[in-house]
Amino acid sequence: MTTTGAESAPGPSKAQPAVTTRPRAAIAERTLRKDRWWLPPGIVAIGLAAWVTYATVRVFLKENYWVAEHHYLTPFYSPCVSLECIPEAAHFGRFVPDLPILPYAVISLPILLLFRLTCYYYRKAYYRSFWLSPPACAVPDGHARYTGETRFPLVLQNFHRYTFYLVVVITAINTWDMFLAFGGEAGFGIGLGNLVLLLNVIFLWLYTLSCHSCRHVTGGRLKHFSKHPIRYRWWTFVSRINPKHMQFAWISLGTLALVDAYVMAVSAGWITDLRFFN
Amino acid sequence: MRNFRIWRGDASSGALEDYQVEVNEGEVVLDVLHRLQATQTPDLACRWNCKAGKCGSCSVEINGMPKLACMTRMSTFTADETITVTPLRTFPVIRDLVTDVSYNYVKAREMPAFSPPPDLAPGEYRMQQVDVERSQEFRKCIECFLCQNVCHVVRDHEENKLAFAGPRLFIRAAELDMHPLDARTDRKEHTRDRQGVGYCNITKCCTEVCPEHIKITDNAIIPMKERVVDRRYDPLVWLGRKIFRRDQVEQQAAAEDTTPAPASPETVTHRASPGQVNWAQEIQVPPAPAVGPDGRFAMSEVLIDRAGAPSPFGDDVTFPVDPEQLRYLHPRTDED
Repeated sequence: MTTTGAESAPGPSKAQPAVTTRPRAAIAERTLRKDRWWLPPGIVAIGLAAWVTYATVRVFLKENYWVAEHHYLTPFYSPCVSLECIPEAAHFGRFVPDLPILPYAVISLPILLLFRLTCYYYRKAYYRSFWLSPPACAVPDGHARYTGETRFPLVLQNFHRYTFYLVVVITAINTWDMFLAFGGEAGFGIGLGNLVLLLNVIFLWLYTLSCHSCRHVTGGRLKHFSKHPIRYRWWTFVSRINPKHMQFAWISLGTLALVDAYVMAVSAGWITDLRFFN
Repeated sequence: MRNFRIWRGDASSGALEDYQVEVNEGEVVLDVLHRLQATQTPDLACRWNCKAGKCGSCSVEINGMPKLACMTRMSTFTADETITVTPLRTFPVIRDLVTDVSYNYVKAREMPAFSPPPDLAPGEYRMQQVDVERSQEFRKCIECFLCQNVCHVVRDHEENKLAFAGPRLFIRAAELDMHPLDARTDRKEHTRDRQGVGYCNITKCCTEVCPEHIKITDNAIIPMKERVVDRRYDPLVWLGRKIFRRDQVEQQAAAEDTTPAPASPETVTHRASPGQVNWAQEIQVPPAPAVGPDGRFAMSEVLIDRAGAPSPFGDDVTFPVDPEQLRYLHPRTDED
């Protein structure tokens, strides 16, 4: 195209007046939403706070985490690596000195925490519920300045995928624990505890594999799906469960608390395990 | 009769005004606005076009939520409810419900267009459906700019408009980066550095308001963030950049020329008609139409030096243009 005077024409970078200056509509109300927009972030805040409180108490209780009779081990203590762990519960050895500030599962818990903390769903949840940035759509941000995830420390959210790699290993360990629980002191047997452990492992895998980073690194990063048919099929599978990542996040929190409470109750003798076989 | 509160005013001032207006069965909010224009307030300004949710013109905020007026049914409100209609908050107001959405066009102009592969001529492009279907979702966008309006990054922080392009442009970036034949390799860097994808904190309001139900966050923004991680936040890649000082080389190149260099004749392996059309040559970006000091088009023909609106391709094109400079081959029906 032949043009003249292209130098003097307002190019993209010079068209800033449209971006910066003129006033918006003067609307006094900060939001005109009349529905109960505060309810979903409120529920999320209460739910997350309750779960974190329960988990923190349980992790530092350091008892009732192992049912010797049926070999049930709660995921909050798996893998149990502290020197103070019950030897039978330590499937991967004991090598970390016991300090009051360290949980028994000192390797897996920080990884799990970082995985959920940098998860694309949980980011939405706590940015809305706790950081109020924004609390709900079309409701003003609770902060005067905003730089998003461009600076330290929030730029570290970009490391989500590396926590995903580590969490795959942790979830495999939880699966191993689940299989070991089928063999108690009396040999092979199935009880209600086994089913709860199995349910928990299923939802942990669904949550882990529906991760957005998993979707990207296993297939989404490709430009030509047609040249990688197997990865495309895997990507299609992850894409099917990925929209339910939020549901799996909450359900897996629920099953984690459930399996832990069940193991605690059986271990402490508050209830006896319902046995179906042996 | 239903109660309406509608924001009336312009850039200098404005307020919510109350109206009582008749509503019939099956109507949408846009019908009611039109009845108001016809019966009570002939000077009420509102933008609309297709009334079918496909043109993206009638974006307003109804009871505080960004919506298309033509797709919001009156049956979703109770009979005694007062319905508040306000202009989009994020953009400068022109009058009443009409806002100046040129921010979005400025950002769109900054987006590098599809870059054709140098070794193929138009007509030789072959793509498989599985390769293009991800991008096709984003082509459903009707450019109503509800996502741009609801995004708190610019809605609540005017100063971020310079650095942040917004969800509509992120789906454009994803569409092109996932395109099987796009030849550009710097789209991830562009998304991070020029579009500001890092500002997004994935609170998903853009997805919530999209009238085309495009999964903006899950299918475009998060994949683009992950693609940026591939390039910028991978520890091994980062180490390689530091050791081989690629950053400095790139900065030097960027300082010399921000636009990609035109494909050299050696890289062009194919021409549809030798000597006639260079399909891979870079076409000069057309200059933006002339705007006044306020960044807007002249509103009155009295103030403009020609009849009609300015050409979006610039008014300083000399015709006939040189065909050697175009990526265009005139079709012929008679072979001579």
